[in-house]
Amino acid sequence: MTLLTLDWILLIEKLALIIVIILASLGIALYTTFAERKVAAILQDRPGPNRAGPFGLLQPLADGVKMFTKEDIIPSSASKWLFILGPGLAMTAALMTCAVIPWGGTIELFDRKIDLQIADINIGILYIFAVVSLGVYGIMIGGWASNNKFSLMAALRGASQAISYELAMGLSLIAVLMLTGTLSLGEIVKQQQTGWWNVVYQPLGFLIFFICALAECNRTPFDLPEAENELNFGYHQEYSSMKLGFYLFAEYINMIMSSAVMASLYFGGYDIPFVDDAHLYASIGNWTALIQVGVLLTKIIIFIFVFMWIRWTIPRFRYDQLMDLGWKSMIPLALFNMVVTGAVVLLKMNHWHF
Amino acid sequence: MQALTNRAKAVERRKMTFLERIYLWNIIKGMWITFKHMFTKNPTIQYPEKKREFSPVFRGLHVLNRDEEGRERCTACGLCAVACPAEAITMEAAERLPGEENLYREEKYAAKYEINMLRCIFCGLCEEACPKDAIYLSETFAPSNFNRKGFIYGKDNLLIPNPVTAAGDLAKAKGLN
Repeated sequence: MTLLTLDWILLIEKLALIIVIILASLGIALYTTFAERKVAAILQDRPGPNRAGPFGLLQPLADGVKMFTKEDIIPSSASKWLFILGPGLAMTAALMTCAVIPWGGTIELFDRKIDLQIADINIGILYIFAVVSLGVYGIMIGGWASNNKFSLMAALRGASQAISYELAMGLSLIAVLMLTGTLSLGEIVKQQQTGWWNVVYQPLGFLIFFICALAECNRTPFDLPEAENELNFGYHQEYSSMKLGFYLFAEYINMIMSSAVMASLYFGGYDIPFVDDAHLYASIGNWTALIQVGVLLTKIIIFIFVFMWIRWTIPRFRYDQLMDLGWKSMIPLALFNMVVTGAVVLLKMNHWHF
Repeated sequence: MQALTNRAKAVERRKMTFLERIYLWNIIKGMWITFKHMFTKNPTIQYPEKKREFSPVFRGLHVLNRDEEGRERCTACGLCAVACPAEAITMEAAERLPGEENLYREEKYAAKYEINMLRCIFCGLCEEACPKDAIYLSETFAPSNFNRKGFIYGKDNLLIPNPVTAAGDLAKAKGLN
């Protein structure tokens, strides 16, 4: 009867957390699509969508209704199962990342300490990398199953781009891991709460990570898999209706998740800047955790804004330039960063003083 | 060879400096430009609520005028059709019968008067050619339509409302109230 000795309340607690976080990230993604159009408009001196509801706030709902009511076409020459699997896989991989991100501190409720993190596994960052590299299968399978030259080419581009930039991303990450000495995201954030944020120690590493995150999310200037002028529409050319919607949505969820990862790794995660969180816990209790969630969301929103700002400023790379940048600049720089960090960490461990 | 203007600039083929080669600085400069655009005023006019004012010489759809007593001014002389470079205007003349003096100003009038708005180039030459002040170009432009027939405007589309019997409609068409 070991099954019944499960901590059922823990199960319910985690389930509630999962539902809240998935719904919240879907909702945020919904409004990120709106924000993208609005930011683009503001940067280009136009008002942007402003007809649906006050300030156009109902625009994402209207878009959703449009997506759902469009005809869902499966090309006769497409591989049917893979064609349906593609967008689902992209969406699942994008949503799975949110499991290990610490969204806030702990809340005390009914004499229980509830962590605002679905799973604080000790290999959190490895998990994220594994899931993110799964995400490229969404593009690959979608492009392959469409049975279309352009889609296939886009899928190939997406795969090679993801491989090239994941290398530099991993190398820049190793420097952070050497500094913190842990793979658990919760632990990394906790360490930053007392000291400086990691970005102070790792400015170069952050820059490399940020650029690679842009490439991983297929955002401009690295949006080669969906280059309209070269590949018509890229890997989702044959898709219509909500399948296309899933692909577009997955991109925005990826953006949110990579912003959250960057905030956690380099910008103190849910740490409230200039405030001692432990003191705050003593005075206002549970509200601290909520403020922390708000702070993390603010950091994510700032990152997303920078993503969009870059998108509407910089034109797309040429393919050879993309590979040049990835292999000849990013990886050597990341290696250099790693070696220097390793040396400094080693010297510190041997009680050198600077 | 002597340069035509002093604005010509020789193409620079120097090597890029280090700052230009790392590319990052130029990206930041570019992002500063887009950032500045966040605070510029946007020139959009919210169309259905606010309309842009036409210039006083704007040439839109045609109207056929009536005189103060509500009689049609057009005498079907055909000068507008002759003047029309796009050959958009056709008409058929008819003689005024006794008892129709309150409808038509002169003894001859246009029984049929058609302008093909797909052919019309809105040059306004018909307006200039008209000796009777019968045709004018207004400030509205051609509305969209689903078939070509809808763009052939007859007298029912072109004539202005009668100022005697339908003064309210006329005022509305002029946008007075």
